[in-house]
Amino acid sequence: MPTTTYDNTGVPIDDEGFFTDPARWTEPMAEQIAKEAGIDALTDRHWIVIRFMRDQYAAKGTGPTVRVLGKVSGVSVKELYQLFPKGPAKTAAKIAGIPKPRGCI
Amino acid sequence: MADTATIEKVSVIVSKGSLEGIYPALIMANGARAEGIEAELFFTFFGLDAITKKRWEHIKLATVGNPGLHLPTLLGGVPGVPGLVTRQMEHKMDKLDIPPIPEFIEMIADTGAGIYACKASVDLFELAKEDLVEQVQGIITVGEFYQHAAGGQIIYT
Repeated sequence: MPTTTYDNTGVPIDDEGFFTDPARWTEPMAEQIAKEAGIDALTDRHWIVIRFMRDQYAAKGTGPTVRVLGKVSGVSVKELYQLFPKGPAKTAAKIAGIPKPRGCI
Repeated sequence: MADTATIEKVSVIVSKGSLEGIYPALIMANGARAEGIEAELFFTFFGLDAITKKRWEHIKLATVGNPGLHLPTLLGGVPGVPGLVTRQMEHKMDKLDIPPIPEFIEMIADTGAGIYACKASVDLFELAKEDLVEQVQGIITVGEFYQHAAGGQIIYT
């Protein structure tokens, strides 16, 4: 399994760069992962989504869909795509250090 | 890190007005946006029902001539059966977090995907811009559709 280094700490990731062990994630790692995903700076709005991803993963064992994000996180679908143009659920999951969400919706 | 995304843009053509004709197209377009792929939907012929105000809340599953349903053809034509089978399917989809068609189209528009109506079909059914839902960005010709689709993949459902 590949590993990479964020915040001077080695972490295991999958082939696409998603954390396989979310417990190894720390907040300082987020900025660096975001930059790799093409997002220059994380705003408060990004952080609402990132924390929501972590909470949902902790509660349900998987990241939420864009539909759930849009309905429950407090950030609309429109804004989600402005914050994470390359796909909100996937990009936010990567930045939040949780496995890639699998779903068709 | 593996970068497997090679498709950058898709245009999905929706020509059928049945539940099972419309949902796959919506799921493909929404799924494309979820992967960061540019997407647009082009509604033509009976597919227009999905973006017509009077009709988009009343899309039914085809219960006659649909072998995939494994329902006797005669039974599929009994009054009330299409509605019943459609409600059952909608109930199942709701459990899988698949939204109803109006909500789905609103959501897809919010993802930044383009939603277009085919001009020939709009004329054929004697519809006007006001008959279509507000998410429709334009009534376009086939030629204009190909201009929009240029450089991407075209999916016909």
